[in-house]
Amino acid sequence: MADLAHDVPLPAQRPPRASAGIFGWLRANLFNSVLNTILTLAAVYLLAVAVPPLMRWAVVDAIWSAPNGQACRGDGACWAFIGEKLRFILFGRFPYEEHWRPLFVVAIFVALILASCDRRLWGRRLILLWLTGFVAVGVLMWGGILGMTYVETELWNGLPLTLILSTIGMALAFPLAILLALGRRSHLPAVRAICVAYIELIRGVPLITVLFMASVMLPLFLPTGWTIDKLLRAQIAFILFTAAYLAENIRGGLQAIPKGQYEAADALGLGYWQRTRLIVLPQALAMVIPPLVNTFIGTFKDTSLVIIIGLFDLLGTVNAALADPGWRGFYVEAYVFAAAIYFSFCFFMSRYSQMLEREFNRGYRR
Amino acid sequence: MAVQSSTRPRAPRAVWNDPGLRGVLYQVLFVAAVVALGVLLVRNTLANLHRQNIATGFGFLGHEAAFGIGESLIPYSPADTYARAFLVGLLNTLYVAGLGIVLATALGTVMGIARLSSNWLIRKLAQVYVETFRNIPLALQLFFWWGMLRQGAPSPREAWRPLPDVFVSNRGVSFPVPSYDPAQPWMLLAFGLGIASALALRGWARRRQERTGQQFPSGWVGLGLVLGLPLAVFLAFGAPLALDRPQLRGFNFAGGVVVSPEFAALLTGLVIYTGSFIAEIVRAGILAVNWGQSEAALALGLRSGQRMRLVVLPQALRVIIPPLTSAYLNLTKNSSLAVIIGFPDLVSIANTTINQTGQAVEGISLIMMVYLAISLTLSAAMNLYNRAVALVER
Repeated sequence: MADLAHDVPLPAQRPPRASAGIFGWLRANLFNSVLNTILTLAAVYLLAVAVPPLMRWAVVDAIWSAPNGQACRGDGACWAFIGEKLRFILFGRFPYEEHWRPLFVVAIFVALILASCDRRLWGRRLILLWLTGFVAVGVLMWGGILGMTYVETELWNGLPLTLILSTIGMALAFPLAILLALGRRSHLPAVRAICVAYIELIRGVPLITVLFMASVMLPLFLPTGWTIDKLLRAQIAFILFTAAYLAENIRGGLQAIPKGQYEAADALGLGYWQRTRLIVLPQALAMVIPPLVNTFIGTFKDTSLVIIIGLFDLLGTVNAALADPGWRGFYVEAYVFAAAIYFSFCFFMSRYSQMLEREFNRGYRR
Repeated sequence: MAVQSSTRPRAPRAVWNDPGLRGVLYQVLFVAAVVALGVLLVRNTLANLHRQNIATGFGFLGHEAAFGIGESLIPYSPADTYARAFLVGLLNTLYVAGLGIVLATALGTVMGIARLSSNWLIRKLAQVYVETFRNIPLALQLFFWWGMLRQGAPSPREAWRPLPDVFVSNRGVSFPVPSYDPAQPWMLLAFGLGIASALALRGWARRRQERTGQQFPSGWVGLGLVLGLPLAVFLAFGAPLALDRPQLRGFNFAGGVVVSPEFAALLTGLVIYTGSFIAEIVRAGILAVNWGQSEAALALGLRSGQRMRLVVLPQALRVIIPPLTSAYLNLTKNSSLAVIIGFPDLVSIANTTINQTGQAVEGISLIMMVYLAISLTLSAAMNLYNRAVALVER
């Protein structure tokens, strides 16, 4: 053992220059074979051709403020258009001096979404938080109390509408989806058949047809003399549509519950609903949270389709802003701006769902 | 089940505690509730339709449509019936969806493989593509492309020319096609013959390898047959290379093939949007194949192409096919967004019909039936393919 004390390691040799540092990285990641060298050069060439003109358009030559559309025409982007129309794009025809209300609504939704990412809050508290949030949103949008003027749903436009349709659609579709998923796994053939038929029918047709149906056929379904708000019709369409997709997600979780869990619940003498509520659903729902987030992203993007039944969500207000004769033709700027808003919501949520997936799979990874 | 052998005699079970009877009762109640809801809705609907003097039934399909359709694969005029208008819409939907599926698969496969490239730059570019287009609503992308083609593109006189004889203007995209020549049917025949003989060659080579162990480069020879035979016919006819080129006549292009801005925007949007999803599916499928499989293939001495073709891809396909099927179905359903940019697909024509006749119930149920039929056919076809690549178990 004493010998070992004298075994002083030699100083480590430096790695060969070609495999370390920036050159080593370049060689390993960009020029490690003939094909990769060609691909790298081609990509660099393409970037060199595309990026500078793009930057010139978006930043260097861009016009940041202009009194009107005519003064804004040049080689670059007209970001002054966004500045001019910002409040209209975000809040649409909501009364101008009341814009703080939809702004609050957006802030509430962002806060709720951020809070939902905190896993310590998951459970009853989060549901309570969302319910409070929905009540606050309703009060702020409708008004009519606390000295706020009443605003009809026709004027709920822009980003708040997008957020309301997607979150309420998801929240109310959820209980329906649980029932549908349980029905699809039921031992009673008639219940199962009806649930399967509903799920497959809705999943087999485009959202547009469901929206059409809600906007054209829903009024026909009601007894004569009843009318139904346009926003409510769209909301019902979203709930019915999302429920079918959510039900399939939840079914995946239900199928992953080992049979032993059911048998253990039976052995404890639990009835069907007790077993489902206390044993099966808590495990199944926890398992399917990442796909649920993905479905929510889909619903969020799908809300942009309500323009076809005449509602002005974010995309609708952008199109309406483009129709202003004083500011014609700035559609690239407008769509890029709207895309950035949609992108930031969706990208954040998809990153979050990927993170959850990684965490959930941690135990199964080697 | 041995639990039942308890010493206490079992009390006779009450009828209402019998699970079988309860099950029947629940089902009867459930079905009755659903039927009652259905009857209520139908009665309300009929009463409302009667009050608004709207006819019911599919009789309107035989009436004159009296509206024009911008583009059609079959001859159509406003004097034709609604049924024919629906057919035009259906063909347009199938056309754009079919073309979209092929192109999106190609784009998605390339991008999915690029995301796994050892080249950092390529990997990052593919990632930027996927993340950007996946997270922006398709409707917005369609409006963007449509705006680019309709308003951003110049008039035909100053059309962009990305390639020789390809013109992009606000009237659409014009590109040349080979003009008709008697050689073409023969070339098609030679192409079919090439495919048949390549398949036969592959079978023969496989049987020979199983018998003798000797390999035969059937892939390369087969490719030579498929491409070489039509080429030989082409040369035998003296290489007739006449192109029908688009030419500026007055205010628009004549000759060649013209694709409307609506169609071009819809196809571009669908392909780029769905391609980003397919890229992720392909990437996940390839990553799902255990690295040990590749190591085993290397240990057997397979070359990298063989390893991909014989070991990795067959296993990756099993993971890829089911989500790919739903991506195809989504593309087909998303083609209904054509209505927002005015491409006359099935939904758009049904929408016009509903506005003209007021027969919303019939129009919407027609669309639903057609989409359900398309969905079922497509998933049946993909399931057949899935069965072919599925794991063969004992």
